[in-house]
Amino acid sequence: MAKDEVILLDFWASMFGMRLRIALAEKQVNYEYKEEEGLLNFKSPLLLQMNPIHKKVPVLIHNGKPICESIIGVEYIDEVWKDKAPLLPSDPYERAQARFWADYIDKKLYDSARKIWGTKGEEQEAGKKDFIECLNVLEGELGDKPYFGGDNFGFVDIALIGFYSWFYAYETYGNLSTEAECPKFVAWAKRCMQRDSVAKSLPDQHKVLEFIKVLRKKYGVE
Amino acid sequence: MGDVKLLGLWYSPFVHRVEWALKIKGVEYEFIEENLQNKSPLLLESNPIHKKIPVFFHNGKPICESMVIVEYIDEAFEGPSILPKDPYDRAIARFWAKFLDDKLQAIGKTFFFKGEEQEKAKGEAYETLKVLDNEVKDKKFFVADKFGFADIAANFVGLWLGVFEEATGIVLVTREKFPNFCAWRDEYINCTQNKEYLPPRDELLAHFQARFQAAAAASK
Repeated sequence: MAKDEVILLDFWASMFGMRLRIALAEKQVNYEYKEEEGLLNFKSPLLLQMNPIHKKVPVLIHNGKPICESIIGVEYIDEVWKDKAPLLPSDPYERAQARFWADYIDKKLYDSARKIWGTKGEEQEAGKKDFIECLNVLEGELGDKPYFGGDNFGFVDIALIGFYSWFYAYETYGNLSTEAECPKFVAWAKRCMQRDSVAKSLPDQHKVLEFIKVLRKKYGVE
Repeated sequence: MGDVKLLGLWYSPFVHRVEWALKIKGVEYEFIEENLQNKSPLLLESNPIHKKIPVFFHNGKPICESMVIVEYIDEAFEGPSILPKDPYDRAIARFWAKFLDDKLQAIGKTFFFKGEEQEKAKGEAYETLKVLDNEVKDKKFFVADKFGFADIAANFVGLWLGVFEEATGIVLVTREKFPNFCAWRDEYINCTQNKEYLPPRDELLAHFQARFQAAAAASK
């Protein structure tokens, strides 16, 4: 069997990159992690070559072929390394629901969260409100289940958990308590953090806060 | 097959994607017309998050988001495959479907908005068309020389975009600027394979002409 070459082009603080790190860890796939070191200031030739359309990380590169967009990457990982740790459910209806929620997270959560650390005044307040609302909706979907996937950690959990590493930053800049506003969400997140694949894939929240400080200066928010 | 229903409107490109998939699979379904000016309890109950059409029902269970529905139809029903079999080709198909879906908003804004927002949207639309023009050069289908998932997602840029342009007089696509896209689009709306699945262009045009005229009259 030919040896698989798997490279993950990523940035340590990217909640999207974290999705792929977790998926690869769940599948116990060996890969080379390549950091886009200068992400804030320039894009490497490799990134521009592998993702010419969006020029964004993460990019999964399997035997030289790039897969862009993190959710698409997670599905690809699930389909290629299908013999262990299924990430999507097997029932088509459950799969459709999982894809729906991953899409919801991508459409709603990032933008509202960005407003919390990236804006001030009215825009920030609106962002805070939307962010909490989003998390409450997700709590509703989680219900009493241990994971979004039910008894098993899966696709939606992977799509969402990376945001948790930014929570200390959201709380600091947004002056909010996620534990108070969405306790169920925080309980779920802590449960996920007990998994090796997650704990190893998420950066320290304080490190993320320092990074956001730099971002805010760069975007003139400070 | 089970009980299959589709909640939507005939002129919506999102709803049409689902109909296309169902027709490919030969699945019979009941079409329920929605009223977006006065949203039905059915819509609000079955899609409380987005409150949008299409909503697809299989044996009473709802699924929302057009391309999520298309993928479900591919998995749940027998018949020709909509997504390719190879995982890498599937990833490429999903990539283009997402691109086409994400960029749709900006293109739509060009026609439905005015002033600064319209100008900004136009700029984004040109960027999108540039990418598409490059991608469809000498290609009939998006992935692996076979009609599928991404081509269904392309219905908006393939048919609706031209209809919007004609209905409003706002032209984004010219042969000089986007020659490959024009060639791809001509083939897309005229080839026998697609013609039987696309809604009649003249009916779409009449509908949107009336809609744009009404909007113009209302804003005076």
